[in-house]
Amino acid sequence: MSTLENTDTSAKSAVKRPKRGVPEGLWLRCDGCGATVFRKQVEQNLNVCPECEHHFYVPTSMRIRQLLDPDSFEEWYAEMSSGDPLGFADRKPYKERIIDEQKKTGMKDACTVGRGYMRGRPLVFATTDSAFIMGSMGSVVGEKLTRAVEKATELSLPLIIVSGSGGGARMHEGIISLMQMGKVSAALARFRRANGLFISVLTNPTMGGVAASFASLGDIIVAEPQALVGFAGPRVVQATCKIDLPEGFQTSEFLLKHGFVDRIIHRSEMRSELARLIDYGSR
Amino acid sequence: MAANSLNSLQAASMDGVNLGVLTAGMVVFMAVLHQLSFEKPLYELEERLLKLESQPDPSPAEKESMRRMRVELTQMTRERYSNLDPWQTVQVSRHPDRPQTPDYLELVFDEFVELHGDKAFGDDRALITGFARLAGRKVMFVGHQKGRNLKERTECCYGCAHPEGYRKAMQKMEMASRFGLPIICLIDTPGAYPGIGAEERGQAYNIAVNLRDMSTLEVPIICVVIGEGGSGGALGIGMGDHVAVLEFAYYSVISPEGCAGILWKSSRHADKAARALRFTSKDLVELGVVDEVVPEPLGGAHRDHFKMATTLKSRLIESLQGLESLSSAQLLERRYQRYRRIGVFHENGPV
Ligand SMILES: [Zn+2]
Repeated sequence: MSTLENTDTSAKSAVKRPKRGVPEGLWLRCDGCGATVFRKQVEQNLNVCPECEHHFYVPTSMRIRQLLDPDSFEEWYAEMSSGDPLGFADRKPYKERIIDEQKKTGMKDACTVGRGYMRGRPLVFATTDSAFIMGSMGSVVGEKLTRAVEKATELSLPLIIVSGSGGGARMHEGIISLMQMGKVSAALARFRRANGLFISVLTNPTMGGVAASFASLGDIIVAEPQALVGFAGPRVVQATCKIDLPEGFQTSEFLLKHGFVDRIIHRSEMRSELARLIDYGSR
Repeated sequence: MAANSLNSLQAASMDGVNLGVLTAGMVVFMAVLHQLSFEKPLYELEERLLKLESQPDPSPAEKESMRRMRVELTQMTRERYSNLDPWQTVQVSRHPDRPQTPDYLELVFDEFVELHGDKAFGDDRALITGFARLAGRKVMFVGHQKGRNLKERTECCYGCAHPEGYRKAMQKMEMASRFGLPIICLIDTPGAYPGIGAEERGQAYNIAVNLRDMSTLEVPIICVVIGEGGSGGALGIGMGDHVAVLEFAYYSVISPEGCAGILWKSSRHADKAARALRFTSKDLVELGVVDEVVPEPLGGAHRDHFKMATTLKSRLIESLQGLESLSSAQLLERRYQRYRRIGVFHENGPV
């Protein structure tokens, strides 16, 4: 049994881990309001801008600390790493890309799964992390999530998946990635039939094949404020429609308005709100 | 995954077809001559042959040269089509004369009773659904429709379905499951429609629901990619017990143009992306993603609709027969495992 916290410290000593999405330095420029804010202050505020409430990227290890009870997370399949089914190479061979991403992020792939406790409630917990090849879903993400869903079914535990995937299905594994959408969704169908509770948490960004599979299949779907969530990328939509995209297009608020999100929850409330929702969905 | 239908439509204009820009921002290709560049020598030879054939009273020497030209033409066609590169395959799969869903409805099925509408928003013309009879069997039919002429293409967004299309398809398939009708899905789409309305009406949600719920239907599902298998838009009606692909169709996580735009920074590198993505019928079988390749007539399905339809019909019947003996529990377990086993990873490492 290894907790992610433990893996973290060991990884930290081995490689220096720059946090992608949150540039280094004492000060940060906020994407939301443009203000220059003190990094420490942002970090103490759950990576939320103290000026405008903009929700910055949160790495998986921090997400686990924010949402689960201290040291309660037991990570599963932590060593799983991607193959290269296509022998894919764009400007860089996929095999190399994987190694580089692993060094950069300290993760083996974009997905972390395991079990833990949320305010004393046992659950199966999973994340996709947009720092690793945009959080895209290839074989590892598909397999880990499928196993997590199967475990949740077997153990009759609630399931929470926090999505952060701008990349959708991972191009570098081609059709194999597309099939992961079907694989995870089929596992969720069985979980649903067994009356399991699945809460999907959408964070910035959740797009493409991730949005078009597990992330949309929660019994309850909640989102952080202002997250980008959608099927097609905004630039593709813009190129197709040739008109200006409406204000707030593909944000959490847009999805709420159109009926595809149950609740928008501020990061500071997420843990208590999720715990409350779990109680309603447990027998 | 990006449903990059616009790019793939533009790409259709790159070879042998003329480009015109029309309403709704969609790029429309107007066929001048439906020739792909690598087919040119074939058409030239065909033309010379036609000229000779149209002469009255050919001499014995001319007769002999016509005979030779026919042999040459066959050989040349066979040679060209057995060596198509992935990008050429994409072009064949998008060929304007390639048989489409309505052609197969006419040539493969004895009857088609269309059932419209999703009972919630509208009737998506990009996905047509209804009861059909296949060699005496009652089935539920679901298929993408791309459209033949400008009016049709505009109506059905070039085969790019909206959320209501996926919802309609799911409703009909769910009904089929209750009535014990096997389901046949013909896939032919550049991708699900990437528009404002589609996002407002839950494109991602509706595709996701189809993936989940198709996996629970208690009747045989046969899916055939007849042209373009464009990403989530294809998989949204593609969760089957038996998944086949026509010889020159492709099935991909992203359009080659979309992939090139992201990874090579320009859609002009679509040929490179097409090679890298390994989405031809041969690749798909090797990767264990499809169960069968349906051979096309010499020189591609667009040269002989009838022959293509005849082959497809016999393959459909054969696959149906194979699945009919299974109980619904067996069917569901088999379908689950069909997707469950797909994935290439190392349990511990290697890096
Ligand atoms: Zn701010």
